[in-house]
Amino acid sequence: MDKHRSERIMPERTPIPEQDPLVRRRNFEEVSLGYNPEQAVREAQRCLQCKKPLCIDGCPVHVPIPKFIALIKEGNFQQALSEIKRVNLLPGVCGRVCPQERQCEGRCTLGKRHQPVAIGALERFAADWDMKHGVNGSVKQLSATGKRVAIIGSGPSGLTCAYDLAMLGHSVVIFEALHEPGGVLVYGIPEFRLPKSIVQQEIDTLREMGVEIITNAVVGKLITMEEILREFDACFIGTGAGFPRFMGIEGEELCGVYSANEFLTRANLMRAYNFPEYDTPIKVGDRVAVVGGGNVAMDAVRTALRLGAEEAMIIYRRSMSELPARVEEVRHAREEGVRFELCTNPVRIIGEDGWVAGIECVRMNLCGIDETGRKRPEPIPGSEFVIEVDIVIMAIGTGANPVLTENTEELRLNSRGYIIADEETGRTSIEGVFAGGDIVTGSATVISAMGTGRKAAKAIHEYLQSKKRRPSISAPA
Amino acid sequence: MAKIIEKRLIRLPDVFYFKVQAPRLSARARPGQFVVIRLHEKGERIPLSLADINPEEGTISLIVMAVGKTTYEMSLLKEGDEILDLCGPLGKPTEIEKVGRVVLVGGGFGVAPLYPIGREFKAAGNEVITILGARSADLVIYEREMNLVSDRVIITTNDGSRGVKGLVTDALQGLLSSEAAELVMAVGPGVMMKAVAETTRAYGVKTVVSLNPLMIDGTGMCGGCRVLVGGKTKFACIDGPEFDGHQVNWDSLLCRQRMYVHEERLAFEEWKKRHAHMFVQED
Ligand SMILES: Cc1cc2nc3c(=O)[nH]c(=O)nc-3n(C[C@H](O)[C@H](O)[C@H](O)COP(=O)(O)OP(=O)(O)OC[C@H]3O[C@@H](n4cnc5c(N)ncnc54)[C@H](O)[C@@H]3O)c2cc1C
Ligand SMILES: Cc1cc2nc3c(=O)[nH]c(=O)nc-3n(C[C@H](O)[C@H](O)[C@H](O)COP(=O)(O)OP(=O)(O)OC[C@H]3O[C@@H](n4cnc5c(N)ncnc54)[C@H](O)[C@@H]3O)c2cc1C
Ligand code: SF4
Ligand code: SF4
Ligand code: FES
Repeated sequence: MDKHRSERIMPERTPIPEQDPLVRRRNFEEVSLGYNPEQAVREAQRCLQCKKPLCIDGCPVHVPIPKFIALIKEGNFQQALSEIKRVNLLPGVCGRVCPQERQCEGRCTLGKRHQPVAIGALERFAADWDMKHGVNGSVKQLSATGKRVAIIGSGPSGLTCAYDLAMLGHSVVIFEALHEPGGVLVYGIPEFRLPKSIVQQEIDTLREMGVEIITNAVVGKLITMEEILREFDACFIGTGAGFPRFMGIEGEELCGVYSANEFLTRANLMRAYNFPEYDTPIKVGDRVAVVGGGNVAMDAVRTALRLGAEEAMIIYRRSMSELPARVEEVRHAREEGVRFELCTNPVRIIGEDGWVAGIECVRMNLCGIDETGRKRPEPIPGSEFVIEVDIVIMAIGTGANPVLTENTEELRLNSRGYIIADEETGRTSIEGVFAGGDIVTGSATVISAMGTGRKAAKAIHEYLQSKKRRPSISAPA
Repeated sequence: MAKIIEKRLIRLPDVFYFKVQAPRLSARARPGQFVVIRLHEKGERIPLSLADINPEEGTISLIVMAVGKTTYEMSLLKEGDEILDLCGPLGKPTEIEKVGRVVLVGGGFGVAPLYPIGREFKAAGNEVITILGARSADLVIYEREMNLVSDRVIITTNDGSRGVKGLVTDALQGLLSSEAAELVMAVGPGVMMKAVAETTRAYGVKTVVSLNPLMIDGTGMCGGCRVLVGGKTKFACIDGPEFDGHQVNWDSLLCRQRMYVHEERLAFEEWKKRHAHMFVQED
């Protein structure tokens, strides 16, 4: 970095306006309000326009970061969005939910000495600006190829794959098990972090492009893979990893114990925060404990606060520095008054008349290093103590859902039940069947799921061009 | 969207039969499976058993007992109306084999899935005995249908106004003490299934029950339907709904079913206020 340039460096990030923590902890409106045009331009000016932009390497889909930021700096917001959209179908989503500190922003050169450029917030700005003012130029799809592709699951991987294939002129049908498309974006991630209208808009775009979305369609139950292959020329599986895990400790069957998926599904997908206007109920409780430290745990604990819990806490077995959640979510949770019981692990849930009355925990000592290189937590003997709570939410991770895979014997799975697929193409053990997203990688991120959907779309396109005949499930791969 | 092509009141005042157009679903569905429905944009997702499956016609049937807000709302739908969301077939089908003598025990809305299940057991060459329980004679449902697929139908009523006076378990006890059976299958309220499982335990008869915990998605995603079977956590929507009745932890199931009684009552009371006319005209 030459001297001249470093003089122009603005070390401080342009603050991103947010709702006041004391207000927002009781409402479901979006926490982060996003930049206005002046703020965005100002933040864009911080970018050094590096010759070797390391930020791009940090982004799983290689968004042309310096390029779009330069366009924002010039006030050319529309063009900035087009640049992003060339590789990222859902900038409004990714700008909001990507773990930027571990991806693009984590690699930003400016971040070595100062605060990194707020890449996520700028990406979100471009998307939101377009949503408000965009001319919404109709997308140029290639002419129809006559090939039909089935997409199973409408999470970010499936939506991306569908978009790319539709752009290439293929006719695309999405099968979704739930009554609303979007996957985790609609049933898991709460409104205050990702407004449903943003996901809805992307889904509307797909529909306008002629993509058909069939909801309430559980593949493996309503339709078999065999039938899919009879009716379609190729197929992409993006069914996610939404199978909730429990700890296997005493008391998990009590009333008042939720999986995070159930709690969030009731609140988000079923809008239980509007009960009884909406029919689905949810138990809030005065004191809520959420076990786990990822994004899912933060979403659950902050949802509990918003539903009216007096006290909501995170119980996590490692320390603050190891919390896997996005840094911004942890900060938001702390500002909102979430209590953190760190280096603590539940040993049993205590019941009274069938309901949760407390959670017995043990303190953990962080010693040794485990296979993943993190400090291995060990219980400290004799440190058991009880926290009085009336709701416990388990957010300790999810696994592969067996509904599709157990009904499709020919599909090769790994020992943990995930689909084995080629990393570059998403190709599976069945000819013409590709897979991506969490059902291949295990729980990952929105942007990585989208990345796999995009790679698979490319491979499916190549496959369709080379194939004359429809695949069949019995044909060897 | 699924269109209702036939609706009948089958038992005053609150049990309804619906035939619904669902070509693809009916082609796939097997006895013992269920569907999840949602009536409108603000509606809850509720599970209902398949009371009949007719692939030729492309229809399925449901029997709904109005017990709370959603089921009452459903009871107002008319022929030609559409159900907004119909998802299925969910759960694993009943395992149907030729085993010898099969005793089917039904109570409440639990009678619904027994008809297609009984038909298949019969077709597989079993002797089928059905025990239907109700509080009194006028509350017995599905007797005619069960007669079509059973070698014998035994009715029990609490007040003795029809058949054997007492509970289904009294009739079952009487039956098992005089005749051997290879399989007992019970569908109905939790307390009834629990009592059936306790009755058959002494006779060592294999007992299958169809569990009805609260459900949301029905696809293994929420874990709300989990039940303890043989000390292990199972998801009723994908591992069941049928399980070995002798292995089920009934207390936990019965308790969890009541998790939202307070909220359910609240929702229902609100709804009743807006539909007061229905409740005046009832008798
Ligand atoms: C609460 C929560 C918060 C998160 N927060 C973040 C975050 O902040 N940032 C981030 O990057 N990532 C986050 N993640 C992770 C991210 O959402 C996932 O990695 C991503 O959604 C995976 O996308 P996917 O396309 O593989 O599947 P999913 O989004 O899981 O969607 C799969 C879809 O397939 C459907 N489906 C499943 N089986 C069938 C079947 N048999 N037939 C038809 N349809 C089927 C499901 O109903 C679902 O709609 C979060 C996850 C959760 C649960
Ligand atoms: C696998 C399965 C099959 C079923 N089959 C039938 C059937 O064929 N016919 C029929 O009439 N009923 C059936 N039920 C029960 C039916 O789902 C409930 O009666 C219905 O959800 C009640 O909704 P509500 O709003 O009318 O009443 P609510 O006021 O919500 O509830 C009244 C009672 O119904 C039960 N219930 C409530 N919500 C659910 C839920 N989401 N899942 C399960 N039970 C619930 C609870 O025990 C509750 O106390 C079945 C349930 C399951 C799990
Ligand atoms: S997609 Fe995500 S990782 Fe990539 S630049 Fe945008 S915010 Fe960063
Ligand atoms: S690394 Fe940072 S400063 Fe450099 S181009 Fe990327 S965003 Fe700009
Ligand atoms: S109903 Fe959600 S997992 Fe069974």
